[in-house]
This record gives sequence, C-alpha cells and structure tokens, in this order.
Amino acid sequence: MTATTPHIEVRGLSMAYGEHIVQRDLDFVVNKGDIFVVMGGNGCGKTTLMRALVGLQRPTAGSVLYSGEDFWNAEPEVQQRLKRRLGILFQGGALWSSLTLAENVALPIAEFTRLPAARVDEIVAFKLALVGLAGCEDLYPAELSGGMKKRAGLARAMALDPDILVIDEPSSGLDPLTARRLDELIMELRESLGTTIVVVTHELASILSIGNNSIFLDSESHTMIATGHPQDALKNGHPKVRHFLTRGGDVSPPRRNDSSETA
Amino acid sequence: MRDQAAWQLDVRPAVGGDADTLVIVFGGRWRIDQSLPAPDTLKDRLDASVRRVRFDANELADWDSGLLSFVSEISKSCADRGIAVDGSGLPPGALRLLTMAQAVPEQKLAERDKGPQGSFAQVGTATLEFFRGLPQMLDFLGEVALSLLRLLSGRAGFRARDLWLEIEEIGPRALPIVSVISFLVGLILAYLGADQLKLVGAQIFIADLVAIGMVREIGALMTGVIIAGRTGAAFAAQLGTMQVNEEIDAFKTLGISAIDFLVLPRILALMLMVPLLTLYSGFIGMLAGLLVSATIFDIGVFEYYTETLRALDFRQFAVGLSKGAVYGAMIAFSGCLRGMQCGRSAEAVGHAATSAVVTAILLITISASIMTIVYYQLGI
Repeated sequence: MTATTPHIEVRGLSMAYGEHIVQRDLDFVVNKGDIFVVMGGNGCGKTTLMRALVGLQRPTAGSVLYSGEDFWNAEPEVQQRLKRRLGILFQGGALWSSLTLAENVALPIAEFTRLPAARVDEIVAFKLALVGLAGCEDLYPAELSGGMKKRAGLARAMALDPDILVIDEPSSGLDPLTARRLDELIMELRESLGTTIVVVTHELASILSIGNNSIFLDSESHTMIATGHPQDALKNGHPKVRHFLTRGGDVSPPRRNDSSETA
Repeated sequence: MRDQAAWQLDVRPAVGGDADTLVIVFGGRWRIDQSLPAPDTLKDRLDASVRRVRFDANELADWDSGLLSFVSEISKSCADRGIAVDGSGLPPGALRLLTMAQAVPEQKLAERDKGPQGSFAQVGTATLEFFRGLPQMLDFLGEVALSLLRLLSGRAGFRARDLWLEIEEIGPRALPIVSVISFLVGLILAYLGADQLKLVGAQIFIADLVAIGMVREIGALMTGVIIAGRTGAAFAAQLGTMQVNEEIDAFKTLGISAIDFLVLPRILALMLMVPLLTLYSGFIGMLAGLLVSATIFDIGVFEYYTETLRALDFRQFAVGLSKGAVYGAMIAFSGCLRGMQCGRSAEAVGHAATSAVVTAILLITISASIMTIVYYQLGI
C-alpha cells in the first residue's frame, strides 16, 4: 500500500433497481482523513450509493476499491476483512432491538476480538460516554429518543475503531443543537483518530461546516454533477449545485431541462 | 337581497370587442362544505370559438380549496384545448396558490398496473411468482445448511441466552393452547370411534384408536398448526421488523451472519420444542379419551389404561416425535424465510407474517403426507 493509493476509490459505479437506473458512471476518490459528503436531493440515490459502498447492494457496473482492493470482485474472506474496516451508522440507528445499549456496542467487540469480558465492558462504557450516553448501558433501544438512538448507533459504529465511518443522514430528525453536537463529534473523531468519514446528507449546515470533499448526485441526469470542496461547489459549481446549496436562493434557478439533461 | 350562503356561477362572453374571450364569474360563497358545481359543467362552453378565459371574482364573498380545485380543473381543460387562461381576476391569494400548484409540472411516472386482472392472468402471475420464489427459497435453505455446518464445527456464534429465550417463548407459553386443542381433539376422536366400534361391540378399542391416532399423527399435526400460527408468524414479524429497521443490514455490514445469529437459534428452538409439545399433546388427547370412555361409554379406567399400553410401543412415539421435529423445522424455515424476505414497510411485515403461516401449513401438510407414506411402506 503506497501513499498514493487512495483510501476509497470509486470507478464507473452504476446502480439500478431492475430497469430503473438510480445513478450511473460515478467516479470519485476519498482520501484518508477526509470528511466526504455525498449530497443531493431526496430520492437521488444517496442511500443506494451508500449501500453499494458498504457491501449491502451489488452495483450493476463499476467497482469500489478500498486501499486498492476491489470490494465487489473480492473473495468472501477479503470482503469480510474489508467490511471490518468500516463502521456504519444507519439512518434510524438500526440498533438491535432485543439487546441493551451495552450489548449492542459489545456485540461487534465480542465477535471480533478475544478480549476478556471486563475489558469489553470498559470499552463499551467509554464509547457510550463519548457519545454522551454514559449510564444508559442497560436501556433498550425502544426506550431511547431519536437523537439518543443515533448517538448509540454511532457508539456501535465506532466499537471496533474503524478506519472509515459511513454515516447515513446524521442530522435527520434531530433538533439543530443535537445535530450540531453530532457534527462536532464527527469532526473530533476525524481530528483525534484520523478516521475517514463518509457522510450521506442533504443538511446544508452539516455539508458546509464539516465537509472538505464532496460529490453531488443529480436525480434528473442520474449521475454526479459536482465534486470537490462543498464551499467551492457553492462558489463556482454547477448552477444546480449552487441552487441546492443556497436553498434555491440564488438568482437564476436552473431550468428542469438544462444542459446536464442532454450531457 | 343576495343569499350569502349560496355559490353563484355565471359564464358570459367578455364585454367589448373580445368575442373570443370567455369570462367566468364567481359569486357568493365557494367553500368545500357546499355542494359546488362540477367543473365538467363548463367544459362544453370551452369550444373552438374560445381563445381566452378570464375570471371575475368581484362578487365572491368567501372561498377555499373548493374554488381552487374548480379553477385548477378549468385551467387544465383550457391547457388541453390551447386556450389561454388569465387569472388576474381571481382573489390575489387564490392566484398565488394556483401559481404554486402549477409551478412543478405533473410527473410522468411509470404506468402502474391498474384494475383487476382476468382470472387467467391472475393464475399466470401467481404461478410465475411461485417459480420466482423457488430460487430464493433454495438459496435460504443452502445458507441455513451452511450455518448448521458452522455450528456443528463450532464456528457459528449465537448467544445461548437467545436460544433459551426462544425455547421459553415457544414451549411453556404454548402449553395452554396446546392443552385445550389436544383435549378437544382427543374427545372428538373418542366419540367418533365409539360410534363406529359400537356396531361391532368393540368399544374397548377406543383406547387404541385415540392412543395411536394422537401419538402418531394428530398430536404432531395439531401442535404443528398451532405453532405455525403462534410462533411462525411471530418469527416472520420479528425478522421483518428488524429488516425494516435496518437491523439485519447492521449485521451484514459487520460481517456477522444474520442466519447464524437470528435464524439458527429459532430453528433449533423449534426443532427441540415441537417434538416435546407433540408428546404432551398426545398425553392430553389420551386423557380426554379416557375421560369420555369412562364417563359416557362405561369402560373401566384400568381397562382403558391396559389397552392403551398394549396399543402403544416405542415405534409410535418415534414416529410422532420425528414428525414433530420435521414440522418444527418447516415452521422455523417458513417463518425465518418470510421474515428475511420482508420489504421495508409496515404492510410488508404483515404480509410476511401471513405468508409465513401459509407456507408453514403447506409445508407441514406436504411433509406429513410424504412421511405417512414412507413410514407405511417401511412398515413402521
């Protein structure tokens, strides 16, 4: 693995449900320590891209490379190893409902390490404290609020100290202050652990404050129409991207049938 | 005096030289709680001679969506006929809302199949659906088999506590319903037998009939059907809800097999508990037979007891237990399969539960027939 090999590389990725093409010809690179934002309007295929990245849904074409290793064409053992480098926070937290918070966080640790139970408990307590849920070890997911579920999901995603954290809609359903605390937590993880973070979101505040690299997925042309730092995209990106990032506040709203449709 | 409670609608040509302009005049109250006119009543006025439509709302006292939907429909008809619509005569608020409603053009979504299919088409669709489902079923079966192999070689991990929880839920908690059903079935069997055996004066053979019937066949079958409805549906609903909440995805992305962790304990628990419940069901059925024989048909308790012992041997129990184990496996397989196949909506969870019970009962019946024939041929 050389320094020039990107952390995540996506080449010519296309995804479809049956006949319906969701996104096609996606090409991008995520470097180590990036906070990479996948943005786009509702229904443009952000979550589908996430599912293709983390190994939940086989793309119809193209490849996803982790440090140069092609995930979808790898042997199951290699896929397992690559999956273990990922931590994923699902939109609703996806906590296992039959387990307590502590058991949720402990399960991946117990499954993939040979630590004694006491050490596992310590790690679990620390991870929960990190997301502000100290003392909630014995609660069940059904007893938590939406924000607590997300934070608990983050604690579980970080359980094995993954290289790459993939987060689906971190701030959806959270109040602005809770959303901001979650953003700060994500920034801190990058700063202190060097974790690469892929965030799927359409939350403008998050996109502009935490992202340092991004792609914009367009739901009409079914491909990416911008890439790079979100602030650059805001200043001199594609009109549609500027329109999106300013909540439609720019002067010239792009027409539905603009050049990207025929491109 | 103008009646403020009523709506008024009038259509007249524009005053002045614009012979091709139609003016629609609204008056009174246009609210949805009144019986407003259908927009269609105006459509025949929008003939070829009309090039423009204006509105006059000076006499309009009150309006809500009733007016808006009416004008919106008129505008659509005009657009279809190439007639220009001038909304400036409408109240400003109404005009703004109409403009917003027309800002995003109607979406051309892929045509959905609508209306009832013919009966031939329905049969065809159902058949295709069934054959499309087969590979998935085999796929799942294969995964479960691999998972069982991993368990036997000590590499599949689920928590022993999960197995015990399932066992408790499936076994002891099902005892009341299994008791009631088995007792009643035993009772029916005894009456049925008594009626026929009376003809040849061999009523003592009620004991044989009930014992062999319950232990060999009916105990397992009744338990299977009860557990299919009780536990098979529960499995499908549990796993289906986990699918909706992305909990299954969370297992997959961690590289933990959801089959090992969720399906295996459920299958093992059922394969263990259904035979035990079958055994229990057999005893309750025989108890009912004894009760009926002793109280109604004057057969001595001790007589009945010895006749039952004479009728039963180890083979009958082995047949009943083996059937129970197979039915348990079928129920667990159907419940878990439908749960894992579940879509991502509340409706899909309900469908999964229904489908699990139907599949389980179908598989139970098929395997019951096969096993009965095989055991008969083997002379067991």
